[in-house]
Amino acid sequence: MGRYLLSRAWQSLLTLFAVVVLVFLGIRALPGDPARALAGEDSSPSALKAIRHEYGLDRPLPVQFWKYIEQLLHGNLGVSINTGSSVDSMLATALPVTFELTALAMLIASLIGIGTGVLAAVRRGKPVEWFANGFALIGLSVPHFWLGLLAILYLSVGAGLFPASGFVSIWSSPLDNLHHIILPAVILGTGLSAVLMRQTRSAMVDALSADYVRTAKAKGLPWRTVITRHALRNSLIVVVTVAGLQLGELISGAVVTEQIFSLPGFGKLTIDSVFRRDYPVIQAVVLVTATAYIVINFLVDLLYSVIDPRVRVAGKDS
Amino acid sequence: MTTAIPVAAATTLRTRGRRARIIRRLGRNPLALISITVLLIAVLVAVSANWVAPDSASATDLAHTFSPPGTAGHLLGTDDLGRDILSRIMFGVRASLEVAFLAVLTSLVIGVPLGLIAGYYRGADSVISRIADVLLSFPFLILAVGLAAIRGASLSNAAVAIGIAQIPGVLRLVRSDTLRLKSLDYVAAALVDGASDRWVLLRHILPNATSVILVQATVALPAAILGEAVLSFLGLGIQPPQPSLGTMLSAAQEFAARAPWAAVFPGVAIMLLALAFNIFGDSLRDALDPKGSR
Repeated sequence: MGRYLLSRAWQSLLTLFAVVVLVFLGIRALPGDPARALAGEDSSPSALKAIRHEYGLDRPLPVQFWKYIEQLLHGNLGVSINTGSSVDSMLATALPVTFELTALAMLIASLIGIGTGVLAAVRRGKPVEWFANGFALIGLSVPHFWLGLLAILYLSVGAGLFPASGFVSIWSSPLDNLHHIILPAVILGTGLSAVLMRQTRSAMVDALSADYVRTAKAKGLPWRTVITRHALRNSLIVVVTVAGLQLGELISGAVVTEQIFSLPGFGKLTIDSVFRRDYPVIQAVVLVTATAYIVINFLVDLLYSVIDPRVRVAGKDS
Repeated sequence: MTTAIPVAAATTLRTRGRRARIIRRLGRNPLALISITVLLIAVLVAVSANWVAPDSASATDLAHTFSPPGTAGHLLGTDDLGRDILSRIMFGVRASLEVAFLAVLTSLVIGVPLGLIAGYYRGADSVISRIADVLLSFPFLILAVGLAAIRGASLSNAAVAIGIAQIPGVLRLVRSDTLRLKSLDYVAAALVDGASDRWVLLRHILPNATSVILVQATVALPAAILGEAVLSFLGLGIQPPQPSLGTMLSAAQEFAARAPWAAVFPGVAIMLLALAFNIFGDSLRDALDPKGSR
């Protein structure tokens, strides 16, 4: 267990380091003068010089990289060209919105995805399975930003059921907050539920034909108990991994969803920063996303090895 | 000397028989037939959009803005500039397919060789798998954001971003299939017979991994189509006035309350395209499955 953890942690650190190097080189691969890009188009020569000095662009590349790492380790992600405020503070206001959106979406996705997946597996060959499979196929094929668009058009503007855009902090009014975020969360969540449903279904089908399920059935356990305590529990191992891998989809989806519903989160920050050529923000956004991805997948692996002892054993020889 | 010919003939016979069985299985599946028909129509429309489309994609007609669907000459209506929506969808489908094929091709050209090498040589595996991990930690949208920031937003950059994001998936799949195939007896036999690594990889492992690669490609195509739509919708992909289903939807956002059809039809087109690919992919996987009963 300890060795497996150590090797996974080492791998994650290595990946993280490579990501930092990539982002560092990416900013330097910008067309033209990176100092001009970092300072904004109409900056004075003295401002350019200051930026060059601040980012160490007037020094050799290894020295620049060292300075860059130093800044990162101090948690300093730079200053936005556009607003002049620190990128750290911009992230601090944007991230909670995205956390709430993605957490709620993940909850909805799990409820729908695992629920329909189990139903489809238990009622194999029945109409229920056909409906569930059809739902998943359509869920995989429908562009979710389009569903969001239609939801705004018909549910918000048309029927007036939900606010079409904007956000209220959970701290100022929890109810208003929910009213603003539930529609985007449902749209994002149903999008993710299709993949979860498919994985749950195939894992459950495998589990239901396994010997231990037959044994549980034979010893007279109620069917409901066999499904929830035996089959589903073992299927969830697969589902947890898939949920971890889906994180990229979740982040990408959140960016689009926030853009459509004008939620002031991480995704909106990302898109705005690209159009305003706000390079310090772009750099921070890319770095934060990649780091989150690596850390969460490491945690998923941990969880995986806690649930499934076989992983720990397999980890020894790889 | 003479034994070489019957062996080769038997192999082609066997592959021909296998191919025929797969086609027979697909032909017996009505959903597969429907999806193939939809895809053929889409490809046909994309290739011949210049001649089939009732209107040019960019011809504006300010006297006939927001014509509802069914208006004479505009089956699906017109948008805010009086442009024919059906024609724009046809050209948009072309752009979608272009990006999707480019993206999947990119991911296969890079992912398949890397996967083969990683699965075959243990030494290379750790390096290549680490690279895949790094790629995997950039969600495709973030990758596209970075690429758009560095190289600007365009059709080809959108395709590259989607393609790069799909590399780890291809790589891992081909790697694990190579690992499996490498341990089989016939590979060992070929090696004992003095075959070079290159020969084994290209003649023995790659052909047997084809079905896995094929299925992966059919899963990747609809994902790429949705990816293009998202990127263009956000302004990170195809740039207006070049028609794309994503940019059409993003423009329709402004006037959706007045002309809902402009926001509905392009989305339906994306969905049909992705749905057809997904159903075809599912059917193909079933048909390729040697355990399948049909």
